[in-house]
Amino acid sequence: MRYWRKPLDFDQVTVPRGEVVIIADRCKGCAFCVEYCPKDVLVMSEDFNIKGYHPPEVVVDGECVNCNLCEMICPDFAIFCVPAGDPVAVEAVLNIAAEEDKFAEEEALN
Amino acid sequence: MSATAHPPNPNDHPIAPYLRMDRMPHIWCPTCGIGTVVKCFATALEEADVDLDKVVITSGIGCTGRVAGYMNLDAFHATHGRAIPFATGLKLARPELESVVFSGDGDLSGIGGNHFIHAARRNMDMLVILVNNFIYGMTGGQNAPTTPISAKSSTMPFGNFERPFNLPHLAASCGATFVSRWTCLHIRRLAKCMRVALRRKGFRFIEVIAPCSTLYSRLNRLGGGLELMRFYHDNAQIKHGIDTREVDIDFQDTIICGNFVDEEKPTFLDMMNSHYEGVLGDRYVPMAPEGGWLHD
Amino acid sequence: MKTDPAGVLTGVHYLDGDYACGEGAMAAGCRFVAGYPITPSTEVVERISRRFPMMGGTFIQMEDELASMAAVAGAAWTGTKTMTVTSGPGFSLMMENIGLAAMMETPCVVVNVQRGGPSTGLPTMVGQADMMQARWGSHGDYELIAMSPQSPQEAFDLTIDAFNLAETYRVPVMFMMDECVGHMTEKVVIPEADEIDVVPRVLSDKPPDEYQPYAVNGKGVPEMVRAGDGYRFHTTGLTHDDRGYPEMSVERQQINVTRITDKILLNVDDIIRIEEEETDGAEVVVVAYGITARVARMGIDLARKQGVKVGFMRLVVVWPFPEKRIRELAAAVKAFVVPEINLGQMVLEVERCAAGKAAAVHVPHAGGGVHDPAKICKAIVEAAR
Repeated sequence: MRYWRKPLDFDQVTVPRGEVVIIADRCKGCAFCVEYCPKDVLVMSEDFNIKGYHPPEVVVDGECVNCNLCEMICPDFAIFCVPAGDPVAVEAVLNIAAEEDKFAEEEALN
Repeated sequence: MSATAHPPNPNDHPIAPYLRMDRMPHIWCPTCGIGTVVKCFATALEEADVDLDKVVITSGIGCTGRVAGYMNLDAFHATHGRAIPFATGLKLARPELESVVFSGDGDLSGIGGNHFIHAARRNMDMLVILVNNFIYGMTGGQNAPTTPISAKSSTMPFGNFERPFNLPHLAASCGATFVSRWTCLHIRRLAKCMRVALRRKGFRFIEVIAPCSTLYSRLNRLGGGLELMRFYHDNAQIKHGIDTREVDIDFQDTIICGNFVDEEKPTFLDMMNSHYEGVLGDRYVPMAPEGGWLHD
Repeated sequence: MKTDPAGVLTGVHYLDGDYACGEGAMAAGCRFVAGYPITPSTEVVERISRRFPMMGGTFIQMEDELASMAAVAGAAWTGTKTMTVTSGPGFSLMMENIGLAAMMETPCVVVNVQRGGPSTGLPTMVGQADMMQARWGSHGDYELIAMSPQSPQEAFDLTIDAFNLAETYRVPVMFMMDECVGHMTEKVVIPEADEIDVVPRVLSDKPPDEYQPYAVNGKGVPEMVRAGDGYRFHTTGLTHDDRGYPEMSVERQQINVTRITDKILLNVDDIIRIEEEETDGAEVVVVAYGITARVARMGIDLARKQGVKVGFMRLVVVWPFPEKRIRELAAAVKAFVVPEINLGQMVLEVERCAAGKAAAVHVPHAGGGVHDPAKICKAIVEAAR
């Protein structure tokens, strides 16, 4: 995070960190989350989800501050944040990676 | 690492306990704002710490009328325009219930207009969340009592010439004790407003301006939902406590948001009970909060 | 179970039909009434508004009849017995929400104190021209129950029965009084509370995760729960599945509509109520209901004096119609004579069921008054030839 001057309580305040979880197949490509993420962490991906929409993807790692704005503004309940380091989220993200790999494998086989 | 593609379980979404997950995905269009309002309401339910078993939600007919069907509460999908009297019956026959009406602008201020004004007049204890997309969405984009002048719709193809309602003013002048307006963009303020409203009593009215991309914005060439959200961003002004006479919405013009009215007045049931106690004394037997259910 | 004594005004009273109907509702355990004033029914709610505060009941005069019926349809989901009261013009307004109650399968009672119509018609004078509307008034296919009292005593007794039928079959019951009975003052005996049996709301004992609002239990009538008891159920006016969720398909429509009609049609024998006098060996059978039943008896007496063998069938439950009995009698009698204060409504049912085996003669009356018994007698005598 860049500051124009260092806040006096800089050493005491911890900026929260979050992980974004995207339920891609629910997304209908409205781009509200991309537009309004205060940390510009998301873009609309080039991938297609099962409905043919471009879901968002995280392009800036480590910048999510778990503000939950994307979670609140998404009309399709397709995105939410969990605190970084949260074991559920870590599990989720690991599962996502595993699913992706499996999917990629299946794709490769076809 | 990218967090897209297949997630573990949609049920992990924080809103899942408040929704009927077996009915997801919902029917609303891409970039429709109703889903956002539902998320804000679910957040408000969580934060308000109300007994969810005692919250009953009634919706009418229309796009917003489908909200009741998706919420994990005792939910009723009543007839067009009649959500408010239906919810009145629920509340009066079991006073401990928190009756919420969640419906659209056409449903509540068009066909349901009469019930709206009388429930406000009586200060009937209920929370009315009206999602205003300025059009009758479900039926294909007809003119609504809230459609701004010059806006096009399927029944006013040359532009609307009918003066629309100023809903906060209507509610306030009929006697609503809590009147607010927000847009879909004001997610945190809206959720907070709903949370505060859930802990108040009396006729509470929250108007939420929402984008309708498939009909309102398409028929008026305003882009999609995102363009409308950007418009709300640039043109919404927050003016708490302003006189509701001044919050009309003209076509693609300023939208004044805020908490306009927040007062405490006796509700219909308060007045009924205190009146009967005064007039009938010991003879008065009020209906129990658990309701007039006949049982052993 | 026995009713709540707080609502029972035991004793011998001199009441008009409207007041007696109100007393019947209170005696049956009704504790929520929403209504809108309309002559000649207003006295029902006036009576209720006077006594409800003393027994934990809530009466609200809503802003119109549409709101009244919607409030009644909603309030019934709290487990409370609910009722609304109206006459012709209001009955027409209530139709959409009566359809909602039929679709959601909500027990409730709708009292229609019939007056001359159509439209504003004769607000203070009798009619019986809403009988077909009671059955067919709302759009779509559904079945419900309609009853017709002939006296203030019956207005009391049958209102209790109407609530019981509503609970048993989870259906809105149309209580078709007429202005004559409504505004006629007669002796009404109200018994002790422990002599009044009422059918309580049948609640499911399934836990919330197993309960389905429209899963049938063999009888065709699903069990209800109360809003606010934690079941988080959903119900809708759309065609729905067992969970109460909308399902728009041809198959589901077939299942749904057949079930809500079957629950009445397959139980007609338990629901139908008629009173017969001297129908065995009769040449002519008079079929009548409401105030016309009393007038018809006078006509029958006159005809019997002229030597005609006349039987009499009084419809107490008017819908479902006693098709089977009419069909049986049609094979034995020459004709049915159906006097009614309309230009021919229930006679159409009689004619349909008689299927040509016996004539169905209607003795119409456009409304505003009751028949001249001599006219009825004349029709009977001519039918006997």
